[in-house]
Amino acid sequence: MLVIEMHLIRRKSFGLFITGVLVACVLLLTSGNTIPAPARLAISIKHLNGNAALQLDTVKYKNAFGQGYTISKFRYYLGKICLEKRDRSKYLTDKYFLVDEEDASSKNLLFTDVPEGDYKSISFIIGVDSALNCSGVQSDALDPANGMFWTWSTGYIFLKLEGHADASLSPGHIFEYHIGGFKQPYNCIRKVSLGLGEKGMYLTAGKESKIELDVDVAEVLNAHNKIDFSKLSSVTDFHNCTLVADNYANMFSIVKQ
Amino acid sequence: MKTRYIYIMGLTIAFCCCLSGFVETNPYFIIKAKDVELKVPKGFPQMVYDFKDNPITPEGFVLGRKLFYDPILSKDSSISCGFCHQRIAAFAHLDHVLSHGINGLIGNRNVPPLQNLVWQQNFMWDGGINHLEVQPLAPLSNDKEMGENLNNVLQKLRRNAEYKTMFQEAFKDTAISSAQMLKALAQFTGLMISANSKYDKCIRGEEKFTDAEQHGLELFRMHCENCHKEPLFTDNSFRNNGLKPDTALSDSGRARITGLAEDYMKFKVPTLRNISITYPYMHDGRFKTLDKVLRYYAGGSFYGNYDKSIERNIGLTAPEQADIITFLKTLTDMEFLRDRRFADPNYR
Repeated sequence: MLVIEMHLIRRKSFGLFITGVLVACVLLLTSGNTIPAPARLAISIKHLNGNAALQLDTVKYKNAFGQGYTISKFRYYLGKICLEKRDRSKYLTDKYFLVDEEDASSKNLLFTDVPEGDYKSISFIIGVDSALNCSGVQSDALDPANGMFWTWSTGYIFLKLEGHADASLSPGHIFEYHIGGFKQPYNCIRKVSLGLGEKGMYLTAGKESKIELDVDVAEVLNAHNKIDFSKLSSVTDFHNCTLVADNYANMFSIVKQ
Repeated sequence: MKTRYIYIMGLTIAFCCCLSGFVETNPYFIIKAKDVELKVPKGFPQMVYDFKDNPITPEGFVLGRKLFYDPILSKDSSISCGFCHQRIAAFAHLDHVLSHGINGLIGNRNVPPLQNLVWQQNFMWDGGINHLEVQPLAPLSNDKEMGENLNNVLQKLRRNAEYKTMFQEAFKDTAISSAQMLKALAQFTGLMISANSKYDKCIRGEEKFTDAEQHGLELFRMHCENCHKEPLFTDNSFRNNGLKPDTALSDSGRARITGLAEDYMKFKVPTLRNISITYPYMHDGRFKTLDKVLRYYAGGSFYGNYDKSIERNIGLTAPEQADIITFLKTLTDMEFLRDRRFADPNYR
């Protein structure tokens, strides 16, 4: 008799358990509906030299010293992209992007999980955070196979700008700026903060908004430290790296909406 | 008579089987789960490398072993890691002053042994590499060593059916990525732990030093321990030990990495484990024997802005030097040198 009753009780509790699970599922589903759908943000990057779209190899540009040059390679890392709302709350991403002039798709970054709201600024770093320079092998954009990694002195190359300049005294008149370094006094990580204008930018749930960024390659050569190709045609380690980093800190601007 | 005939037949068949595919099952090269268990030796500090994100598996270890001994990693498929890092020399390059590379090229530095790497904060004589996983990229892409680039290596691996299977087994993924390749190598090299020398056994009370060894140890602790700290026999610091720079090599040492003038001619304090079988010595292999090393320190003709702590060695007498060397020989770990797990699987 007792055995049968126990059996019934077990059955009952199992029924209760199932009901509980169902209720929990329903609650989860409904609560899921109350979370607002995120907004999408597309960041598109345009490479320029001065005012014109950057052309690799074919167009001859002039630097601050009037020295002619062409550009053959332009790539850099972006990371820690952060959007700040007017109420100071932040949307932070931990993904890194390798932007490459030769790869059109690398110039379009898409974020699909941005909370709706009124945003006032965007910030990011050019480079790779020091922790990721010290944590062994990484994947995706930070895969060392992407060629943006120093193998003899561990660390990412944050930016590569290469080309030809008659004034350069390097073999074949090439110039080569491979800039990286995450330790003082040779830290080349540069933070860029850009305001989204007086009105800011309202990101609406379920909709895609766009931020357009211009990158002026000429700034890398001319912004603060004017680079004379006859004196400095190669930066491939800590020597002079911050000269170029201080320049590239200036290369971004936001296109007015 | 008939049974003897069957017996001989059986033996012949067994022999033929051994010659063909059966080599694959040679127990000497089989790696089982218990072979890749990581045991921190008694008295050793906490490991620097964290296997949490790279759990060692027999498949990962065997893949790392294959990569380590495969010249496919070099530009012309002539030089493997194991070419310069010989097992018989605790993975240093025995009797070679400077590293060797493709096309008969000679590198700039003496090949360091590979052992107890998971306790190292950084790698290379100048400490330029800050993590075990990215260390193989240095020799792999050095023009005077393997002269290759990572992308080419990955392409070669992806074309190779055996590697496809091995990566799949190790990482349950057919992609063959740099991360997988480097993590497999870290599993193999990370397990190279030397902690069973006579010294270790004496410290653990399992064996006893001879009088000369004991005297050598006492002298060692007075004169050498400051930099070559037990139990790893290095304090992982960078020091200038007063060697006159070799103008042909123009090696600035640690300064090449940090850009700091004060780091000129500083090199990593090397471990002394297995030191008697990793000759020649110093970053440029300038001393052929331990005898010469001890005579150098005792002689006191140091050059440049050297670390003053080496002055305590000045005046060590010849018998004292001999006893220190006798002690250093107790750091040879035959169990490590004969550990079948690290043997070249191509010699089977």
